[in-house]
Amino acid sequence: MASMRDIKRRKSSIESTQQITKAMKLVATVKLQRAKQRAERSKYYFNAVYDTVTSILARAGGVEHPWLQAGREGKKAVIMITSNKGLAGGYNSNITKMITRNPDFTKDNTTIYAIGKKGKDACVRAGYPIMKDYSEAIEEPAYQDGMKITKELLAAFEAGEIAEIWLAYTFFKNTVSHVPTLMKLLPVDMEAAKQNEDEEESAAKPEKREADAPMNFEPEDEEALNLIIPKYISSLIYGALISAQASENGARMQAMDNATNNASEMIDHLALLYNRARQGKITTELTEIIAGADAIS
Amino acid sequence: MADTFALKVVTPERVFFEGDVEMLEFNTTEGEIGIFRNHVPMTVIVAPGVMVMTLPEGEKKAALHAGFVEILQDRVTVLAELIEWPDEIDLDRAESAGQRARERIAARGDDVDLDRAEAALKRSIARIQALK
Repeated sequence: MASMRDIKRRKSSIESTQQITKAMKLVATVKLQRAKQRAERSKYYFNAVYDTVTSILARAGGVEHPWLQAGREGKKAVIMITSNKGLAGGYNSNITKMITRNPDFTKDNTTIYAIGKKGKDACVRAGYPIMKDYSEAIEEPAYQDGMKITKELLAAFEAGEIAEIWLAYTFFKNTVSHVPTLMKLLPVDMEAAKQNEDEEESAAKPEKREADAPMNFEPEDEEALNLIIPKYISSLIYGALISAQASENGARMQAMDNATNNASEMIDHLALLYNRARQGKITTELTEIIAGADAIS
Repeated sequence: MADTFALKVVTPERVFFEGDVEMLEFNTTEGEIGIFRNHVPMTVIVAPGVMVMTLPEGEKKAALHAGFVEILQDRVTVLAELIEWPDEIDLDRAESAGQRARERIAARGDDVDLDRAEAALKRSIARIQALK
């Protein structure tokens, strides 16, 4: 049995760890609130962009446009959104596993555009090539970041360096549920876009906007696509950044809550051990004294 | 009194303006456009310029740089990537940015990104006009 002093030392060490995890949980909670508010504010914009794009796509059947044509040969670019800091439970590894354990994304046909240090490091370890690192974007997501990334990716896409663009991020469903999500940005999968509409409507859109008179486009559909699709992708990336940030803080909040609870359990257990050891020591001493007294008389 | 319609101007970061207006004017890629109530449903792409909102109590201006606009009969939604109120604009900065852009366009060197310089110039012009 460990000595009383060892147990005491161990207990106080766990107590100070618990204070740290408690503080981190509080910080994550505050950050989560802020990220949630931000997501709330931007929701209307994304729903409107999404509606417009899907309604154009629904009408633009048969349009020959490089951004809509599937099946090109070439590398797959994955925008991987993780966090710069750890201690968020499975948050980062869930995202990286989605790519590294996916047979469709091998080291040879995939190139990573990393947002977030942790995901980048994990991909380097797994041997994936990193094309660009935008890790600072996750600290304070700004719409400009989304625009910048979109511009570079579209340039690479048009130059033929990459054939597909995917987005890997953690969707913030609610405070306790964060879903690692992998979605294809380009080429736009028109069938999937139509199918997804119903699902995403129920998930992200409380009030469905009723269809009015048929919509006209000015300029015409194809030109409108040229102009709107970059905005669509920017807003998806920005939306993913915000969602990922909320998820990160949610995940950290949970992880730190669990850590605090585990620490409490360990402290209780150690307190029990300590009291037993103390009682044991007293009993031994008493026995010795009584034995000594018996020997004298 | 003229009929009004509901206008909502949103950016990815905030709701910029929400209210009833009589008329809305701005630039599109196809030219200037003015919208009253009961406009034909239409989606247009924004070109940099001044957006003028005519409210029952007067005009309001803003510098609208990029985005697109969804026009329905009784409501209009401006999805702005970048939009500013006049009091958010720094005139000196806008003027010097415009000056730099003009110089870059005039120089026409190989290393000059002409599209970018033009976009910067348009933004600066829109900002300066919105302040007037």
